[in-house]
Amino acid sequence: MEGLIHQIISGIATGGIYASVSLALVMIYQSTHHINFAQGEMATFSTYIALTFINFGMPYWAAFFLAVVVSFCIGVVIERILIRPMINAPILSNVGVFVGLLLIINSLSGWFFDYTIKQFPSPFPDRALFGGYISGHQLGSTGVTLAVLTAVYLFFRHTSLGLAMRAAALNPVSSRLVGVRVGWMLALGWGLAAAIGSVAGCMVAPVVFLDPNMMAGILLYAFAGALLGGIDSPLGAVLGGFAVGIIENLGGAYIVGTELKLTLALVIIVSVLTVRPSGLMGRTVQSRV
Amino acid sequence: MRNSWAVAAFVLLLAIVPTMSFSGYHLFQVTMVAVYAVAILGMAILVGFNGQISLGHGAFYAIGAYTTAILMSTWDVPYWLTLPFSAVICAGFGFLIGLPALRLAGHYLALTTFALAVAVPQILKHKWFEDYTGGVQGLVIDKPDAPFGLKLSSDQWLYLFTIAVAVVMYVLAWNLVRGRIGRAMKAIRDHATAAEAMGINLAMVKTRTFAVSAMYTGIAGSMGAIAVAFVAPDSFSVFLSITLFVGLCAGGAASIGGTIVGALFIEFVPNLADQVSKAAPGAVYGVILIAMLFLMPTGAGGFLAGLWRKAIGSREGTAGGPRPAVLGHEANRGIDLTRPLARADGLPVGGRERAEP
Repeated sequence: MEGLIHQIISGIATGGIYASVSLALVMIYQSTHHINFAQGEMATFSTYIALTFINFGMPYWAAFFLAVVVSFCIGVVIERILIRPMINAPILSNVGVFVGLLLIINSLSGWFFDYTIKQFPSPFPDRALFGGYISGHQLGSTGVTLAVLTAVYLFFRHTSLGLAMRAAALNPVSSRLVGVRVGWMLALGWGLAAAIGSVAGCMVAPVVFLDPNMMAGILLYAFAGALLGGIDSPLGAVLGGFAVGIIENLGGAYIVGTELKLTLALVIIVSVLTVRPSGLMGRTVQSRV
Repeated sequence: MRNSWAVAAFVLLLAIVPTMSFSGYHLFQVTMVAVYAVAILGMAILVGFNGQISLGHGAFYAIGAYTTAILMSTWDVPYWLTLPFSAVICAGFGFLIGLPALRLAGHYLALTTFALAVAVPQILKHKWFEDYTGGVQGLVIDKPDAPFGLKLSSDQWLYLFTIAVAVVMYVLAWNLVRGRIGRAMKAIRDHATAAEAMGINLAMVKTRTFAVSAMYTGIAGSMGAIAVAFVAPDSFSVFLSITLFVGLCAGGAASIGGTIVGALFIEFVPNLADQVSKAAPGAVYGVILIAMLFLMPTGAGGFLAGLWRKAIGSREGTAGGPRPAVLGHEANRGIDLTRPLARADGLPVGGRERAEP
């Protein structure tokens, strides 16, 4: 029983990371109906940027926030340069651009910061809390994740910019008629997604260590989480991310063993898409022919 | 076929020149080009001609390679006899994966197959299959020698064997795509609802296309395993699937000849880029992939076919036969059903006004 509680708590901690990446995926999916295959590599690159700032002698949180800001700018630039011209292109071209982006960012990470596995510092105390159930980093990273998710929620719910972004995603044509600059709203969405991804990268790097392929597996779980919750529902994606974290930990501990954890993500993806394609909280979309 | 003699001469040249003049390593490289060409051809059948996007064909390549390696090392099956086995097994797997794929379209299918590609090395390493697959270490298999007492090195014989299989596969694919089933595949790609209205069984055509496509890539995997004489889980990482996808886009998704360009691309570009830096191949792949999608959305194959049409058109003054389908910006938007289509007998289609007395 104690083992079970332990597994669930560490599942929630990793689930928080998946939830952040899921949310980043959903933000891009909602506005343009693209699935960003490069999200993981973008987050890894952001984490390298944070590490570079730390190595320059910056305090952790300053480096962290600076990396988030830089990632935001990179996200906006990518949307403006690569994604914008492809907005009406066929799906194959879109997928191709995302795969190309994945390859380029992955190589750039290796090129600039080399392929050796690096340690990434954690800002939280390295000791067990609450009778050994949770480590300082797990508690801290879950807290940071929840803070980010709350901030994103408040931004979209209670600011006029957030409202404009939601409007642009929901109905671009009408939004443009009432004066929302739809193109820039999509770019902002990309920037926010990149920023959220960078937070997730910085929070997971102390656990899994930093190398250019760090996020490959995490991205898969985030996909699973986003699909489980419903890829057009931010709240659903967040809950889905947490759920996948718990399922992964319990499944890894009791059912399939750690060697098949990625296959578990594949199984979740396939079963969600075949049994309930809209996810637990998503809307069912009917398209007219 | 008007050009059949030219094609036969070309194939003969393709078989003889490298066998006679290339050294061992270069011969191995052209052998791998033929292998990749068949693998990409499999993807083109599915992605280019049927519109089902797959980022996970490395999985079928891996299944083919492992089928051959296991048959050769565990049961001492001769190498050529493993190809039909891996064809059947991969077609089976392709059919099974094609079933959930029926419910997925576009990005979702790309996502699911991407997940498959990421998961494959883990499955191959798993201890349940370790007795057969050799686990992390993989399997070493013997390179076949030339039969019938031919005075050829094993590299030379392997090249001829691969080319022969590849030529057969290309002829079959050419006929498949040009025939009734090929037209059904393309109709589904261009407009699934319209295709269904024409009486095409969507589920049947799509799942069987998936099976055929997986079979092609699986056979390529078998030949690749024989050529490399070694299989290991980490050779079949997600990067293999992405490489095949890059080759497909570079050559042109809906172009049979383009697959050869794509195979040349993925075999030789990394070798050139590797001399710059270890990170360079990925970056070069990515940059060229994006540049191709922006500048040449139909790939090298579609681009060359366009040039060829222009050349023929200016000489003969006609459009020069049926236009090959291209998966470009225009071709993929589908038929506009709001506009009346012309029927073969000249009557307008589906006029609601005509129903009135």
